[in-house]
Amino acid sequence: MAEKHIDEISGVETTGHEWDGIRELNNPMPRWWVWTFYMTILWAIGYTIAFPAWPLISDTTKGMLGWSSRADIATELAEAKQAQSAFTDRIAKSSLQEILADPQLSQFAVSGGASAFKVNCAQCHGSGAAGGPGFPNLNDDDWVWGGTVEDIYQTIAHGIRHPGDDETRTSEMPAFGEILEPDQIKRVAAYVVSLTGKPSDVALVEPGKQVFADNCAACHGEDAKGNREMGAPDLADAIWLKGEGEAAIAAQVRSPKHGVMPAWLPRLGDPAVKQLAVFVHSLGGGE
Amino acid sequence: MKYMTETIVLAVGAFLALLGAAFAQDKLFEAHMWVLFFVLLASTLVMVRRVSFAPAVAVASSSGDEGYFDDVIKYGVIATVFWGVVGFLVGVVIALQLAFPDLNIEPWLNFGRTRPLHTSAVIFAFGGNALIATSFYVVQRTSRARLFGGNLGWFVFWGYQLFIVMAATGYLLGITQGREYAEPEWYVDLWLTVVWVAYLIAFLGTIMTRKEPHIYVANWFFLSFIVTVAMLHIVNNLAVPVSFLGVKSYSAFSGVQDALTQWWYGHNAVGFFLTAGFLGMMYYFVPKQVNRPVYSYRLSIIHFWALIFMYIWAGPHHLHYTALPDWAQTLGMVFSIMLWMPSWGGMINGLMTLSGAWDKIRTDPIVRMMVMAIAFYGMATFEGPMMSIKSVNSLSHYTDWTIGHVHSGALGWNGLITFGAIYFLVPKLWKRERLYSIRMVNWHFWLATLGIVVYAAVMWVAGIQQGLMWREYDEQGFLVYSFAETVAAMFPYYVLRAVGGGLFLLGALIMAYNVTMTILGYQRDEAPIPGAAPALQPAE
Repeated sequence: MAEKHIDEISGVETTGHEWDGIRELNNPMPRWWVWTFYMTILWAIGYTIAFPAWPLISDTTKGMLGWSSRADIATELAEAKQAQSAFTDRIAKSSLQEILADPQLSQFAVSGGASAFKVNCAQCHGSGAAGGPGFPNLNDDDWVWGGTVEDIYQTIAHGIRHPGDDETRTSEMPAFGEILEPDQIKRVAAYVVSLTGKPSDVALVEPGKQVFADNCAACHGEDAKGNREMGAPDLADAIWLKGEGEAAIAAQVRSPKHGVMPAWLPRLGDPAVKQLAVFVHSLGGGE
Repeated sequence: MKYMTETIVLAVGAFLALLGAAFAQDKLFEAHMWVLFFVLLASTLVMVRRVSFAPAVAVASSSGDEGYFDDVIKYGVIATVFWGVVGFLVGVVIALQLAFPDLNIEPWLNFGRTRPLHTSAVIFAFGGNALIATSFYVVQRTSRARLFGGNLGWFVFWGYQLFIVMAATGYLLGITQGREYAEPEWYVDLWLTVVWVAYLIAFLGTIMTRKEPHIYVANWFFLSFIVTVAMLHIVNNLAVPVSFLGVKSYSAFSGVQDALTQWWYGHNAVGFFLTAGFLGMMYYFVPKQVNRPVYSYRLSIIHFWALIFMYIWAGPHHLHYTALPDWAQTLGMVFSIMLWMPSWGGMINGLMTLSGAWDKIRTDPIVRMMVMAIAFYGMATFEGPMMSIKSVNSLSHYTDWTIGHVHSGALGWNGLITFGAIYFLVPKLWKRERLYSIRMVNWHFWLATLGIVVYAAVMWVAGIQQGLMWREYDEQGFLVYSFAETVAAMFPYYVLRAVGGGLFLLGALIMAYNVTMTILGYQRDEAPIPGAAPALQPAE
């Protein structure tokens, strides 16, 4: 045993060892520390008796309270569902027009639709439903597939070009790069731009109009105002889904990009899709 | 014939790396083997220049006084400062990437790759080098024995640097096994295992050849850190490579077992790497710097054993409200709560060691730094158990609160205690009378502390706001915010976080300058700290 040593400043005895000049005082452990440690241990024992905790051979202790996280979430979900049932039950039974006609019900549907939109739709259409390149703005009155609440319901429920859904919205613009000459594409792009803006070369517009009449008018219409039955967008409204300007239009004519949207009915169910339709319809462009 | 074997081994290693590149099964492995080849080739060339054919000297005379092996520790201190600055810089960069996504430069410098670069640089490169260097310093002096294994110390140091370089270049190339804090793939893991076993042998061998009758408390902590990290590393990285010449491997675990193994590892990386290891550092450098005995031997025993026993069970609290069964979540939580006092035992012993010398907080910036480190340690080890409580966790989990918590521990505790140890070590190792500048230590202290406070406070606000926004329902029971809206709301906090991190980095740059000037042998002509004893004699 090393020699006894008293620390001069504190008057406490050291353990008698010394390492590279470091000694250790023989102070007791602080009482509050010891008692707090004991209390956390006692609390831990109590908690493991109350809640599922200890693994046994083929199972675990269930806890005196009978609590489980799965039962807990099931209860919470049931309660949330119950709290909204007065409205959701009526929405399930009502037609879209009936919902719009009932101020209370339509207000609930707008809120519910907004909430479902944040979770399911905002990823593509944006938090404010303003869309982005390739994803339509839902706030304006330009509708590729129709802007009545029934049209909107149909689009959300069955999606666009969603495989495996017979009622999904489908259109297929041909790749005109295999049909038209590059010069013709250049002309028709200039013509389409001229409908709402300034083309790069005015001389291209007249011949472009002829190309349009021969190849595009069948779907987009003589006046280029589109055709919702065929999902052919309005080209005379200065709203561009795939990109603005002659180059982007020419690219789309040459080899069109076709957007897809999932069919939401199987995932969200009829009441939620109805609420989404009412919400989107309420954004400003609804017909 | 000095360095002959080393040179040959390096040359053979470089040749094997070349073969690996030539026969690689995938592009990434090929690129990584080229990196390895050039690193080993450069090392070989350096060694070739040093080969001497004179007969080896019986006892290496280049070692420090009292026969201690200090050269490797000098390298370790420099590496710690270097990797620290690199790691903090990458931290500021990724903080800015989160605030301004345009700073993500594809593909090598996107957040997905720079984030593990940051975490590994600060934890394993900065923290790891600090731990290796200080443990080698402490174990020799408290055992009164030269580091065991001769040049094994050099192997540990350089082997570890090679691991860091391979891990870091792998991240940037996009090589990852997707396990947090254990991202390197199987071949880098195997190399680290070899280095770590060498580290264990060097450390344990020194303890076994000690001339002191008892093992000092710091060495208990260092040893528990080395042993446990070896176990964690090996188990968590059990994997089957697709090819021995390819980067990809598949974990031995799947599903929730995999998640639990990962967080058993992840949590104990915090527990044994960042807590136990750094407590070892504290138990030596605090009593030395304040020149007072450790407060309570009994407390050190009880809190040591309680800490290492409790910590290993607390991992499941990272998986609250997941597929992990309820019983495992309960145990993870109660062990975390019981861990509170064992953690605080270290804080008490550290702070109370100052009793009789409290005035040094005022007069010695290095002591001030150490005390602030212990204060952050105490705060983080209270916050941790609190956040493990399930109802708190349901708010805090996945939010930036967790990031704030980690950084108050990492910057506050690990950072400041390491800086304190570096400021203690540099004049001693290079035999300087004092540091280049004590006042710069003071500047470093205030910049670092301010940086941490800004960082932690901003992340509390950010995290709690984020958690509240995620769970905000309106009176009709509908969700109020979309996820993107909660992200957008974080912007001002992310900018401020980068400011906090920038202050911390600035402090570290001052340290790098101060350390460099000290090593070069300069002393800044400056007024002494008011109230300080003339020329701050280091404790002996």
